[in-house]
Amino acid sequence: MSQWQSITKLANDVQSGRTSASALVDQALQTIEDKKEFNAVIVSITERARERAKNIDNRVTNGETIGRLAGVPFIAKDNFLTFGSDTTAASNILKGFKAPYQSTAIERLEAEGAICVAKANLDAFAHGSSTENSDFMTTKNPHDPTRVPGGSSGGSAAAVILDMAPFALGTDTGGSIRLPASFCGAVGYKPTYGLVSRSGVVAMASSTDVIGPLTRTVEDAALVLDVMAGKDALDSTTIDRDPTSYQTSTTNYKLANAKIGVIREYMAEGLDPGVKKQIENAIEKLKVAGATVSEISLPSLPLALACYYIIMPAEVSSNLSRYDGQRYGFSHPKATSLDDSYNWSRTEGFGREAKRRIMIGTYVLSSGYYDAYYKKAQQLRTKLIDEFSQAFRTVDFMIGPTAPTPAFEIGQNISDPLKMYLTDIMTVAANLVGLPAISIPIGQIDGLPIGLQLMAAQNKDRHLLGLAKATEGILS
Amino acid sequence: MAKLSKDDVLKLARLARLQLSDGEVDQFRQEIEAILGYVEQLGEVDLTDFEPTNQVTGLTNVMRPDVIKNYGVTPRELLKNAPATQEGHIKVRRMLT
Repeated sequence: MSQWQSITKLANDVQSGRTSASALVDQALQTIEDKKEFNAVIVSITERARERAKNIDNRVTNGETIGRLAGVPFIAKDNFLTFGSDTTAASNILKGFKAPYQSTAIERLEAEGAICVAKANLDAFAHGSSTENSDFMTTKNPHDPTRVPGGSSGGSAAAVILDMAPFALGTDTGGSIRLPASFCGAVGYKPTYGLVSRSGVVAMASSTDVIGPLTRTVEDAALVLDVMAGKDALDSTTIDRDPTSYQTSTTNYKLANAKIGVIREYMAEGLDPGVKKQIENAIEKLKVAGATVSEISLPSLPLALACYYIIMPAEVSSNLSRYDGQRYGFSHPKATSLDDSYNWSRTEGFGREAKRRIMIGTYVLSSGYYDAYYKKAQQLRTKLIDEFSQAFRTVDFMIGPTAPTPAFEIGQNISDPLKMYLTDIMTVAANLVGLPAISIPIGQIDGLPIGLQLMAAQNKDRHLLGLAKATEGILS
Repeated sequence: MAKLSKDDVLKLARLARLQLSDGEVDQFRQEIEAILGYVEQLGEVDLTDFEPTNQVTGLTNVMRPDVIKNYGVTPRELLKNAPATQEGHIKVRRMLT
């Protein structure tokens, strides 16, 4: 049992004076301290969090209405710009960086009374599936400290399951919210591309990056999304949100109306037999509950990972070119010429994985190779979009595993980057196509959690959350 | 399958403003070759009928009015993270040597 009640209940209790924001913040900070050996958190935002809590408690005493997240503590992945601590993206090159402004997502959560209490660990610049690429430390899986929490939002997922806060924020470029949710037993939500502003979040691959919540329940995820979603002048890729509340949409969803397609390509070889069995059990229960389930096929799906590992490094190499040691971030103290300053600052500031991706990206974008790699990947992306659109004519949702296996051991894949990349095989398609997708915990194998992935067409976030909540209900 | 030479890797590193030790050159050469070998499976698919996708939600040329807006951050605050400044500007090292 978690020490935290639902976010709505916590906010109501703060507003009614049953508890206080200060008490919730203290409870979060104490748990972070008690469980710090898991390396989920890079830094606590103690002073600012306590000040904000006090301010909220005073406003409650004065009879003010605070908001939907009144006094609720949360943890942000350390690639979100926040006040009160450094923002490092778990990279040496951003060590000591003090954000001059906050992410839009953080501002919106704070405006509803939420309080950021800590920054979570991640693979540096969100490059990875295990947090082992963090330049600082590896987060341990809450269920087995010899295993990874998944990545790149591994610190955020672990923090939620370790009860450090009622919710955490992550980013998902190729699966970085859903994979750690699956490995840690959390709910992880990846919204439709453009639904949540990315202003003030360290960019990885801009054509697929999204922001989303990691929580213990679907309803909590829907509420956090409600607060963050919608257009923002500071991110020109943002889209209009569905005006209906996501949280309300989760309350009375009827499974009997759901047409769900089982993705044949994800249930094929390469899937751990134990995971397969759990997914099949979940599908059976959905059928019993009245959902219409059929098999669907997306023939290009097995190529999605190859497509992603061209497009993503290309965009990474472009986005990371801003770290040049001149305007902010690490600057090599011994360089005397501008050229040396660029070279030495980047060479010392970036870790191995960032360098690897920058060089692959540089390769696939270089003249002579552009058509064979980058353009081809962008064309395959169109084919994938077509296949998904086709499939969504017959079903409303798709279902499958989030990851082919439960959490792997720390060190198991680190010496083979290609093997590590294969962890993302079931999550990248949603990013390439811009679809909403969610991972919810459905059971365990030998004590390790397994995640079920549900997907819907673009802008069907409300319906997807409704289905996820109903599924959560029949599986628990 | 893509074959990378030591010089190819050094050229990529130079373009990306990275310096590699001899050991790193060889390791990156093998790793990048393996990754390119994997992604090259796209080469076997005929995609001539498909336009490239650059943006997935159909937005094009999002404009805003060309007016100054105050976001509450001063240039002085923005410059606080710069490694070296002079008279309100970022100071860089010599360009010509």
